[in-house]
Amino acid sequence: MERHFEHDLEELKERLLWMAGLAERAVHQAVQAVFEKDEALAARVLEEEKAINEMQIEIDDRVMQLVALQQPMAVDLRFILSASRINNDLERIGDQAVNIAQSALRILRHPQVKPYVDLPRMSELAEGMVRDSLNSLVRRDAELAKSVLVRDDQVDNLRDQIFRELLTYMMENSAVIYPAFELVLVTKNLERIGDHATNIAEDVIYMVAGRDVRHLAADRR
Amino acid sequence: MASVGTVHSGNTVNVKSDQSADTPPRFSLPAKASAVASGSTRFKISGLKVLYGPKEVLHGIDMEISSNVVTAVIGPSGCGKSTFLRSLNRMTETVRQARVEGDILLDGENIESMDVVRLRRRVGMVFQRPNPFPKSIFDNVAYGLRINGHKGRLSEAVENSLRRAALWDEVKDQLHKSAYALSGGQQQRLCIARALAVDPEVLLLDEPCSALDPVTTAKIEELLFQLKPSCTIVIVTHNMQQAARASDFTAFLLEGRLVEYQSTPKLFTTPSDPRTEAYITGRFG
Repeated sequence: MERHFEHDLEELKERLLWMAGLAERAVHQAVQAVFEKDEALAARVLEEEKAINEMQIEIDDRVMQLVALQQPMAVDLRFILSASRINNDLERIGDQAVNIAQSALRILRHPQVKPYVDLPRMSELAEGMVRDSLNSLVRRDAELAKSVLVRDDQVDNLRDQIFRELLTYMMENSAVIYPAFELVLVTKNLERIGDHATNIAEDVIYMVAGRDVRHLAADRR
Repeated sequence: MASVGTVHSGNTVNVKSDQSADTPPRFSLPAKASAVASGSTRFKISGLKVLYGPKEVLHGIDMEISSNVVTAVIGPSGCGKSTFLRSLNRMTETVRQARVEGDILLDGENIESMDVVRLRRRVGMVFQRPNPFPKSIFDNVAYGLRINGHKGRLSEAVENSLRRAALWDEVKDQLHKSAYALSGGQQQRLCIARALAVDPEVLLLDEPCSALDPVTTAKIEELLFQLKPSCTIVIVTHNMQQAARASDFTAFLLEGRLVEYQSTPKLFTTPSDPRTEAYITGRFG
């Protein structure tokens, strides 16, 4: 006999994934708005943030009800607690996407500082981390989640690299300081998105394997 | 420096991604889960007082119970929850010197003016300890059907009731064995099947799981969930976790008074009365 509780857990997971899809799309649209100077796309990200925020509240309610009413144990408890934390990370990813979209709106008023080469690589990496952290959640795949953790350093390195490069442009030509600084903010937001994906991956490892790998050195994860 | 380009160049590089900016999110959203699907009012209780001799046990309860939901009644020992339940099908009358005041309407009809046999056929009851008759499994379920002059095939009706009580698969090959040969949990489900056989509109359960292990308890709770579309269920339990898991609405009784009556998620997450909060957090009771 399938328990009613299983059905509630499945619904929680489906809603978490729906929210994940919204956050993932927001990031993608926000960086595309920067690269393609697409004002409408940036505006859409701002508009769609509402849906993410509403979903965060709904998921929180579900988590609270499941804990209060069902007394979850073991893997169910780990899943519900992880869902609660992942919910927060997804909402924060949505916020970072909004920041990027706002930067996009300011950047498009200026000529482009330089061809975007490393920034697309960085956004591709960060988006990939988000995507794989969610895939690891769907498949309950701790190995895939671990692969996300490894990529966080690459994103951090790219942020430093792009910052140094933009700094040289700003030193050479003070006219580009404004748009270049906005691009620095975009890299900062992408780096934060990578951090949130890392958090999600850590939660998946906890949920699947029951191991808490937060704050552990890479070789001990 | 990883990339060198011309300042103010208009070149852009598109991110390679399997997701275009216009695609909907790759995960689908299921239909929103329905909130508690409360139907019409089945019981309307007003000013219900029950006295055992000079002692007043219930001091005037006003409450409406919706059809096709599970309503749990919780409260500390002696708060009157079993008395409340028993008054719903006039089982209180079986207690000597018991007196009931106030009105209980079942689908708008006062139960006091109803034929008690007809009332109890519409409002079945399952007790704390399984109480099968000293008969075969089949005859336990068929009993109520026979005395009610059931027309049609008895074996089909018995099978149907046993299926609804989630017991059929476990007993289908031993229907003529004594009901006493069953385990406690099976006996309790047999009692539920017996109550369901006459197709009651309401099922009252008085601590139905207190003598059962967690696995059987889970089966009975799941059963309640499945019975909802066809039956209104009122369950008395001193197990708050059970009320939380299995019910849609919860009533908290204290010293013969209804303190709070809420949707179960609300009562167990943000109760409105400090006495409810104190009771469900184990601070008294």
